[in-house]
Amino acid sequence: MKIERLAPAFVFGDNIDTDQIYPGCFLELVDPTEIGKHCFAGIDPDISPRFPAGGIVVAGRNFGCGSSREHAPIALLNMGATMVVAESFARIFYRNAINLGLPVVVCKGISKVVLDGQQLLVNLETGIITVKETDIVLQGEKLGDHAMHILSAGGIKPLMLQQTANMYSASN
Amino acid sequence: MHAVEKILAKASGTGSPKTGEIVDVTVDFAEINDLYLQTIYSFHEMGGKTVWDSSRVAFVFDHYAPAPTIRSAQNHAEMRAFAKQQSLVYHFDTDAGVCHQVLPESGLVYPGMVLIATDSHTTTHGAFGAFGTGVGATDMATILITGKLWLRIPEIIEIRLDGLPPQGTMPKDVILYVMKKIRSDGAVYKAIDFTGSYVEQLDVAGRMVLCNMAVEMGAKTAYIQPNQQVLDYIASRAVRPYEEQYTDPDYVYAQSHVFDVSGLSPQLALPSNVDNVFPIEEVPRARVDQGFIGACTGGRTQDIRAAWQILKGRHIPRGIRLIVIPASAEIMRECMHNGYLQDLSEAGATISTPGCGPCLAAHEGVLAPGEVCITASNRNFYGRMGSREANIYLASPATVAASVLNGCITDPRTVDMGVLA
Repeated sequence: MKIERLAPAFVFGDNIDTDQIYPGCFLELVDPTEIGKHCFAGIDPDISPRFPAGGIVVAGRNFGCGSSREHAPIALLNMGATMVVAESFARIFYRNAINLGLPVVVCKGISKVVLDGQQLLVNLETGIITVKETDIVLQGEKLGDHAMHILSAGGIKPLMLQQTANMYSASN
Repeated sequence: MHAVEKILAKASGTGSPKTGEIVDVTVDFAEINDLYLQTIYSFHEMGGKTVWDSSRVAFVFDHYAPAPTIRSAQNHAEMRAFAKQQSLVYHFDTDAGVCHQVLPESGLVYPGMVLIATDSHTTTHGAFGAFGTGVGATDMATILITGKLWLRIPEIIEIRLDGLPPQGTMPKDVILYVMKKIRSDGAVYKAIDFTGSYVEQLDVAGRMVLCNMAVEMGAKTAYIQPNQQVLDYIASRAVRPYEEQYTDPDYVYAQSHVFDVSGLSPQLALPSNVDNVFPIEEVPRARVDQGFIGACTGGRTQDIRAAWQILKGRHIPRGIRLIVIPASAEIMRECMHNGYLQDLSEAGATISTPGCGPCLAAHEGVLAPGEVCITASNRNFYGRMGSREANIYLASPATVAASVLNGCITDPRTVDMGVLA
């Protein structure tokens, strides 16, 4: 995981629920690439095709509220998003994102100072976020040790893979 | 300590965990619904071979019951094969109903337990004195392998509800009223304990409605100290011994919100957020195209009976639809036995088989652009029930029934109960 990332922002408002991130009509899909094509289809089906590669999703309060569907972070990752910075997150979405290795950063005021396409420099260790075009600097919340541990491993799957290898070899 | 903290302390083998502390809890039961085939994929991706305890894991096929597409049928088939290969003791196929109804009915939910499910509305099970919370597919896969889940000990807030609302105001109205004040992110990461004289006298179904909607305020879990009716319900069903937990008398909540619900009017959440709530007197009599009574919030016998009381012997106008879906096979049989479904069908309702139904636009009853739906389910987000250009109002089953009868938003207290009066 990169500690520092510079990428263009794509800005959303408050209460972006998981139905807007990934509508119910696509929940039967299981192929991650297919899922990525429908990211934010609940807002506009054209967002996913024109989302800047490696871009950072910026949002207001309560991002990811509603359903526990893991399709939401799977869709974000496969659309090409590398991070979400929001004023606040809903709990299950936050867990799902960390588990899949998608960094999620809480930063008060962020959705008011960033415009679509502006370059954001985010440091995950310090929580400092800089808008390159305007030199506005905001202090985001640092990720907890537990979340950093999972993110540094690339998500919970590689960590669990180690654990199962030990578990099953010990029982043999 | 609070009962919720005691449950988590016991499940994690820690004496008295502090708020904010991260603990590994042992899970008593894990449930996976049919949106989460990814759980099986993550299980394999993480090197899983066998589930930790085949009597503590079950699939419930409820969101696509019965399967509407080849892809969803294939997802069911893969889940059935996994359940068989892992020799899972419990399995709930497309005949069963909504997971949050089926699990308690099957005796798999009881006081003091930790229940984790791949569904945000797992907060519902606080109605039984259990700790219930929702997770995604990959968290669930780690549980299937290890039987454990890491959790942060939540702050606990009290929502005290005193008084008795008048007839025509249902538990759904009470929780919508609460949401207006707490807001959709007012309880993120927190546990909500519902207390007060209103809650103490509330039946099992009503308690489930309050706890179910707790997640719409962002809550991690909800809790209600069981009353005798709850304990009787559990005693006749529980498949395992259990130990009820109690909050210490000197426990101090992180916050307390007090509501007086005496005289409360029916409430509606207007499009398109769950906390956009107004009393019915302040809501314009908008046209409705479809009503829905069902899902984990509004599909119990009490809900269907409320609609029956309003619609028996009457007929909804041509062109307006009412979809009624009992939350489980047990409820469907009870409502058939009592004649509710017969009368509702004669009144022009579309009756469908147990499952989540139109709540999330996964299959039946989806909305066209420009249509208006009034629903006893739990979310009115943009596009939740079909087109993003449809408008959704959240209401009680009584308000839904009265509104489809008149073709516009209607206070159920103004509808003459006709033959039942």
